[in-house]
Amino acid sequence: MIEFNGVTKSFGPKHVLRGVDLTIPRGTSMVVIGGSGTGKSVLLKCVLGLIKPDGGSITVEGGEGHDRDAFLARFGMLFQGGALFDSLPVWQNVAFRLLRGALARPRDEAKAIAVEKLRRVGLSPDVADLFPAELSGGMQKRVGLARAICAEPEIIFFDEPTTGLDPIMAGVINELVREIVTEMGATAMTITHDMTSVRAIADNVAMLHDGKIRWTGPVSEMDASGDPYLDQFIHGRAEGPIAAVR
Amino acid sequence: MRLLAGIGAQVLGLLALIGRVALYFVETLSHLLRPPFYSREFGIALINIGWLSLPVVGLTAVFTGGALALQIYAGGSRFDAEAVVPQIVAIGMVRELGPVLVGLMIAARVTSSIAAEIATMKVTEQIDALVTLSTHPMKYLTVPRVLAALVTVPVLVGIGDVIGVLGGYQVATGSLGFNPAVYLKNTVDFLEPLDIISSLVKGAVFGVIAALMGCYAGMNSGRGAQGVGAATKSAVEAAAVLILAANFLLTRMFFSL
Ligand SMILES: Nc1ncnc2c1ncn2[C@@H]1O[C@H](COP(=O)(O)OP(=O)(O)OP(=O)(O)O)[C@@H](O)[C@H]1O
Ligand SMILES: [Mg+2]
Repeated sequence: MIEFNGVTKSFGPKHVLRGVDLTIPRGTSMVVIGGSGTGKSVLLKCVLGLIKPDGGSITVEGGEGHDRDAFLARFGMLFQGGALFDSLPVWQNVAFRLLRGALARPRDEAKAIAVEKLRRVGLSPDVADLFPAELSGGMQKRVGLARAICAEPEIIFFDEPTTGLDPIMAGVINELVREIVTEMGATAMTITHDMTSVRAIADNVAMLHDGKIRWTGPVSEMDASGDPYLDQFIHGRAEGPIAAVR
Repeated sequence: MRLLAGIGAQVLGLLALIGRVALYFVETLSHLLRPPFYSREFGIALINIGWLSLPVVGLTAVFTGGALALQIYAGGSRFDAEAVVPQIVAIGMVRELGPVLVGLMIAARVTSSIAAEIATMKVTEQIDALVTLSTHPMKYLTVPRVLAALVTVPVLVGIGDVIGVLGGYQVATGSLGFNPAVYLKNTVDFLEPLDIISSLVKGAVFGVIAALMGCYAGMNSGRGAQGVGAATKSAVEAAAVLILAANFLLTRMFFSL
């Protein structure tokens, strides 16, 4: 379980998060939606301690966020920009955790696991020996996804997993995310702008607007929410309470 | 007045930087002493910092040693050139020019590449990604590089010293008509162990400064391509100045007590 309590964060005069309250029950999939630049990525990074919130608290699995190492050990994250290590070939990116530290195992075994994870995100084994710079944007994204799930984490964050993918590949990735939650029992938090993705992945949906959670609830209730902000977002209307110029 | 204030601000800025880099160094040491140690990254750093710097170090040293011999001959031929030229070339190369030039070349070559690489990693969230993969960026990026520089730069300086002396020897025996055996004998007789020790100690200190500044600037880089450029520039600048300052202090420590 992940619990946000009144989390605030400003960058200088810019108040990005103004008191976010949100609960993600264990073993469920939460999808966070919201306009570009509303602070969705910042919210994820606050949980990891990569960005320090100005106020409020974030609790993970009941325990406090103090023991960050223990938390990170069972955690995986896909970054919005991929964040692949460009000095390492693809398979060493994917198997990064398996090549060093507590989970270290023989290189050929680690490579076999990496190739298997690449297959799950729709990449063929010959991609394994290429370098990230030799891949297309969508391929890099999928390598990032393979790296996030490689050590079978219990908590997974996906920052826009399907952006930049073709519709078929987006479908494959949506199914994969869903599978990880249902089969491995992981707790997932996904950011996306893609409404097809929302419907495929989410148990619960939360909409971030103006630094706060505007609406949250089960995905089945999303269409009948009656919230004009959410409705505008779901249907992609230019007219509505959310100003197009921000 | 305004000019003075500007210079004063620069000096204060430099002192503050030294303070922050010193803290960063202590942090690096604390990570060096605690596992895990990434030996693969250390090996790669050894090759990048040590092995691949050899050509540039050799070329710098050979030309400097040669030029030094010519200069001293031109200026000192009125005295006992056969003795003065090898002695001053040896002292000059081993005590000062060898370590300083190698240090500056390492700042140009190694500090810049470390700073640009780590700053790019910062800008593209690769450092954040390291954290999410349970890998401490200090242990994975900084410790191997600083340690590799500590180990290899003294060796590079030693090689530079030898090549510099040989450069002087080549010029002296080749174009100035010196006797080869006498030249070598004068060189060897004149150098003392302290000269060589100081040379290698300087190398170690300069190596640590060069690698540390690269890592520090990279880790503290601003955003975007501009951030990477600024980090690289300030890293090389600060490394060069700190190396020259450290050289002054070390020379005082070794030779004016
Ligand atoms: N390190 C930082 N320093 C200063 N401002 C930042 C920093 N990180 C994020 N911001 C600002 O915080 C705001 C929210 O950024 P964030 O990346 O969370 O947006 P987002 O909701 O993920 O948008 P998108 O959907 O486009 O990815 C932006 O206005 C951004 O300029
Ligand atoms: Mg984002």
